[in-house]
Amino acid sequence: MVDIALSGPRGPKPRKRFSRRNIFIYGTLIVVALYYLLPLYVMIITSVKGMPEIRLGNVFAPPVEITFEPWVKAWSEACTGLNCEGLSRGFWNSVRILIPSVIVSIAIASVNGYALANWRFKGADVFFTILIFGAFVPYQVMLYPIVILLREVGLYGSLTGLIIVHTIFGMPILTLLFRNYFTSIPEELFKAARVDGAGFWGIYFRIMLPMSLPIFVVAMILQVTGIWNDFLFGVVYTKPEYYPMTVQLNNIVNSVQGVKEYNVNMAATILTGLVPLVVYFISGKLFVRGIAAGAVKG
Amino acid sequence: MASVTIRELKKAYGTTQVMHGVDLDINDGEFVVFVGPSGCGKSTLLRMIAGLEEITDGTVAIGDSVVNDVAPSKRGVAMVFQTYALYPHMTVYKNMSFGLKQAKTPADEIDRRVKAAAEVLQITDYLSRSPRNLSGGQRQRVAIGRAIVRDPEVFLFDEPLSNLDAGLRVQTRLEIARLHERLGSTMIYVTHDQVEAMTLADKIVVLRDGRVEQVGSPIHLYEQPDNTFVAQFIGSPKMNFFEGSDIVGNASTDITGIRPEHLRETDAANAMVSGKLELIEQLGEYALVHLTTSSGAEFIAKMEHPPSVGKGDTLHFNASQQLIHKFDKQSGQRRT
Repeated sequence: MVDIALSGPRGPKPRKRFSRRNIFIYGTLIVVALYYLLPLYVMIITSVKGMPEIRLGNVFAPPVEITFEPWVKAWSEACTGLNCEGLSRGFWNSVRILIPSVIVSIAIASVNGYALANWRFKGADVFFTILIFGAFVPYQVMLYPIVILLREVGLYGSLTGLIIVHTIFGMPILTLLFRNYFTSIPEELFKAARVDGAGFWGIYFRIMLPMSLPIFVVAMILQVTGIWNDFLFGVVYTKPEYYPMTVQLNNIVNSVQGVKEYNVNMAATILTGLVPLVVYFISGKLFVRGIAAGAVKG
Repeated sequence: MASVTIRELKKAYGTTQVMHGVDLDINDGEFVVFVGPSGCGKSTLLRMIAGLEEITDGTVAIGDSVVNDVAPSKRGVAMVFQTYALYPHMTVYKNMSFGLKQAKTPADEIDRRVKAAAEVLQITDYLSRSPRNLSGGQRQRVAIGRAIVRDPEVFLFDEPLSNLDAGLRVQTRLEIARLHERLGSTMIYVTHDQVEAMTLADKIVVLRDGRVEQVGSPIHLYEQPDNTFVAQFIGSPKMNFFEGSDIVGNASTDITGIRPEHLRETDAANAMVSGKLELIEQLGEYALVHLTTSSGAEFIAKMEHPPSVGKGDTLHFNASQQLIHKFDKQSGQRRT
């Protein structure tokens, strides 16, 4: 036998960049990305085209002349019926609905979850089961009973009524979310805090809350997107002057008189979707960081 | 400082009874260890003393007052947990001062106490660190420090060494013993490790299935176990039991117990018990010789010099009369 001395680079064979595997993976990703990005692209370019250019029918063609006129119109001039304030009124209504709904529902649900996870009271399981059951009841079933309920207490058609409805409907899923998160926090921490003399609220604010930032961010994302995108409750439980942005958008896009202004409609739609989008971009990073921090906690 | 008195203490989860009426007196300044296999109720008992577990029936008194309905923080107890249970979002200093802050202690008093405790435990350098930047041993020291600053009447330790590696465990065990000497407080310590129990305790309480099997000083439990359970739980390797004709002079209704370290090799004429050699575990200082009797029962002999015979050969042993334990075969109780 002859010893053959090998020289040069060693190690496993480098993987080819254009392997069948890579082509398949990236091919799929590109197709899926296009599928989602193409409509967005069409929306954006259409919203900055003038009506004459749109009438040419080149849907995918980039705009020859960029105009922000449709955006201004969508925001402050588009008409719904007699009212011609554009989307802005709906935007501010949505903000007025969103902020209290998100804060109140997260505040209540986190305390609920904390009580269910750490202060096991008699009937806690029954209470929890009922709450979870609530998550599976279709909204449509509840629509009319809630109309009656709100009418009886004199809140039908008001913003307060809608805020209460959003808070209640957020409760099952948020409570479940918080309960599960608090259950994952070691029980001994809770016990140590009790021996240290902290009470129900002391433990909640000083121990549980500071440790649970990630789950609060998750709850916030869920609630902001859920409530902002809501159409059904907004149209059922409020009157026109309190319509949230989604309902306003629908009314602008579906108005029957006059020409269909596609550019305005596109601009209005993008404007309406902007808030959840911004929330995702800002908190998404925080959200991931929170989860990663929890994962390596020794 | 205070004594702890437990009377007829019972605990049930729904219909499952886990503590069956425990009576126990813990004197002021005593170091008491609860020991038993997992699920024996030792941690439950500790948590009931701490006030973290509701009492189904019976009483717990700390000092002269019954504390059944007193909040944990008002009982004058401090607890050290197996998983340290340090608040991860607070620095070591804040962890240690949290309890005092809750009790509205003046800031300068808090500072004095935290610094003093840190001094004792040699964690002064870590006061501004967060728990996640500490090693397991350091974390446990912080947890002990958090207990010390509260200046409790009774210290409660719930398996505090179980999460540490072997070397650190011995070291921390010594530190806890020193701490007890220094503070002189009543300490109650839960463990499933009989070595910890033997080395730390003034008094050991052996529990099984929610009942107290025996209470006594470590050496008393070693020399005079009340029943077969305690006999096998205390001491390592555990006591050998012989039945029937395996051992010379055994009544048929008896179990004879001899600890491995008390078996002496002898010749066939003087033998009390004989066995076939199965395996030798050589540990340097001594060897553990595993054998089987003619009826198939296994036993262990601890020998300074391992025998120079092969596997399958027969060895003969006897033991001095006062080191032989006799138990009733039916009840497992000691025969006096």
